[in-house]
Amino acid sequence: MTENAAPTNMGSTITQVPNPEPGTVDMMVNMGPQHPATHGVFRMELRVDGEQIQDLVPHIGYLHRGSEKLCEHELYSQIITLFDRLDYVSNFNNELVIVSAVEKLMDVAPPPRAELIRIIMCEFNRIASHLLFYGTFAIDMGAITPLLYNFRDREKIQALFESVSGARMMHNYFRVGGVKEDVADDFESRSLALCNELEYGIDETDRLLTENEIFLERTSGIGVISGEDALDWGLSGPVLRASGVPYDVRVEEPYSRYDELDFGIPVGSAGDCWDRFYVRILEARESVSIIRQAIALMEPGDTMAQIRRIARPPAGEVYAHCENPRGDLGVYIVSEGGDRPYRLKVRPPSFCNLQALRDLTVGHYIADAVVILGTLDIVLGEVDR
Amino acid sequence: MSFTDILFAFAGLFGLFSALAVGVLSLTWLERKTLARIQQRAGPSVVGPHGLLQPFADAMKLVTKEDIIPAYADKLLFWMAPVFVAIPAFLIWLAIPFGDGIAVRMLDLGLLYVVAISGIGVVGLLMGGWASSSRYSMLGGLRAAAQLVSYEIPIVIVILSIAVLVQSLSLDAVIAGNTITVGEATRDLPGQGLIPFAFVMPMGFVIFFIAGLAELGRTPFDIHHAESEVVGGPFVEYSGAHWAVFFLAEYLNTFVISALIVVLFFGGWSWPSPPESIFGHDLSGTTTNFVGGAWFVFKSYIVAVTIFWIRGTYPRLRIDQLMTFAWQVLIPLSFVNFVLIAVVLFYDWPLWMMPTLSLPILIGAVIGVQRGRGVRGRPQTVRVLRRSAGEIGRPMPNAPTQTQIAGEGHAGD
Repeated sequence: MTENAAPTNMGSTITQVPNPEPGTVDMMVNMGPQHPATHGVFRMELRVDGEQIQDLVPHIGYLHRGSEKLCEHELYSQIITLFDRLDYVSNFNNELVIVSAVEKLMDVAPPPRAELIRIIMCEFNRIASHLLFYGTFAIDMGAITPLLYNFRDREKIQALFESVSGARMMHNYFRVGGVKEDVADDFESRSLALCNELEYGIDETDRLLTENEIFLERTSGIGVISGEDALDWGLSGPVLRASGVPYDVRVEEPYSRYDELDFGIPVGSAGDCWDRFYVRILEARESVSIIRQAIALMEPGDTMAQIRRIARPPAGEVYAHCENPRGDLGVYIVSEGGDRPYRLKVRPPSFCNLQALRDLTVGHYIADAVVILGTLDIVLGEVDR
Repeated sequence: MSFTDILFAFAGLFGLFSALAVGVLSLTWLERKTLARIQQRAGPSVVGPHGLLQPFADAMKLVTKEDIIPAYADKLLFWMAPVFVAIPAFLIWLAIPFGDGIAVRMLDLGLLYVVAISGIGVVGLLMGGWASSSRYSMLGGLRAAAQLVSYEIPIVIVILSIAVLVQSLSLDAVIAGNTITVGEATRDLPGQGLIPFAFVMPMGFVIFFIAGLAELGRTPFDIHHAESEVVGGPFVEYSGAHWAVFFLAEYLNTFVISALIVVLFFGGWSWPSPPESIFGHDLSGTTTNFVGGAWFVFKSYIVAVTIFWIRGTYPRLRIDQLMTFAWQVLIPLSFVNFVLIAVVLFYDWPLWMMPTLSLPILIGAVIGVQRGRGVRGRPQTVRVLRRSAGEIGRPMPNAPTQTQIAGEGHAGD
């Protein structure tokens, strides 16, 4: 075996630290980019002592498409399609960020009806994204069934999206100054019916997982991060709120018409994987309530502001951010006038949340690394851009 | 040994192996259909009626696939590993009685044989894990070794308890053992048509079932080929026919554990007694054996479906939790079970003392495990802060009135 042994280090970037036990070395394990639990093309280099993680180095960039640079060459209306592809499981939320940034720069306000349609779409998308999270998170822990149930419900949301925007994903539906077109006549009744079904689906996941003995064993006290540390790392979204920091852009700096809606923000206190999971369960329930309120507020009217067809914001800079399912997605635009931005920078929540991965995992087991990565709920399209 | 004996032995082996091949194929179909029903899917439905021919299509695909051996693999061990896993899985079946006196070999030491043979499989898994020269398969192989060796102990002790109960190591005696002699006393044991051992020894049954799941590497103990962690464990680098052999062994083992549960705890082919006659046709004699065999296989399938059901329901434990559970819970409990049955038999207590004594211990253990880890009593750490209640964010100048929120009431009609 010695003459044809595999290279021991596999081109690792982690320096080998001698194990205190004589005659032993730590093992390098390369997780990804084609590992089923890394949710895309993410790569973790683990240095393990037996099953215990001593060090972790994340490698990103496998899905880099140069989105930010591409944006500099596109019309503002075309940038929306690029934003669809950032966090590809919550497209509407991404669209809302870029659209509201340009609106802020141009100082236009979309009609109230368009704002409500946007809110409804974004909240449905938040639920869809969280449903996907529950399923994949359960898969990470070896429970294969919840994923199928959640995909069933997510499919219904996507059918609604299709009826509104014409696409199940990558909608390209929001416009600077409104939305592409008004929703169908049966939209309200359909949405309300869907809300009931989603509530049932969320409850089902709750019953299946939350109180499950093995689930509790696997998530309680795993990957704990304190509120201060979470803020220091720049975490946002459910990951931050699970650590007890009540920060949500929708209430801290209300955008669109979130000011008129009453909803709760679930905040954890343990900061472990279970809290990060349960915060998302409660958040999806709040989203259902937001959708119902928004539908109650809907009145007939325009869905597009009276602006020029090709958006030409004045020279200037703008930063806009919204609460995405994964956290605080921000976009910074530098405009020199004209129909294309001079520079566009995205603050991707997945990327920022991923930074805490090493701190969270070191000292835990390999199986926990998968669970912790699952609760950070990264989308590689957004991490790598 | 005469020529006819040899001929019969070969016929028995051939019959057994073909029956097992069909059994495994049907088991894969059954697993996929069961999981599909649990998950609100259709499952295999294209090849043949209700997808019944799907296993054959799968087998064809696997056999015709390219058999890749990694460049750095230890080729001999890599080649041998599936064989080491599959052959014991086949061999166990030699001793399993399908009916009254129907087994390839009626062994007097059947229980010992089953325990001894089933221990070999782990060598194959460790071999495969090491020979693949992959970090994942190495981890998976080590996990398998740790797990299978640990969980073998409770299984063996439970089997020992049964041997003490029936005063024999023969599987036939376990099924049909009616009368045993302890010292001077002769007593009736639950056997044919009476109470199966699962009710005599409920704790032993639960331990055996749980440890059996672990021995199979089935959810919630599927850590050695956990797809989301070690991506298939020892099987990572295997493909084609080699992988198919591993797969075959896995299902054979599932079938073995189901069959053993039926034999040891549910009276094998004899409980409840197969009917003497159906629609006026007399079924005694050879036909009874056939009915008994069918009855035995049917019961085994029910246990197998339960195993699949658990797979569709539970998440997976972590390696340390798994080992803790084996060494701190299952092994002590199996010892308690063993001592209990010995005490009951020694002092000549009636056998209903056994469940009466062990059920409270079992329930106590379940509660103890739940409380001991403290996860069940986990305080509710997540609370919802409301803007309208002024708990978060800015005050709301134009908050919706309660009637507007009550739009929830007539939602969905």
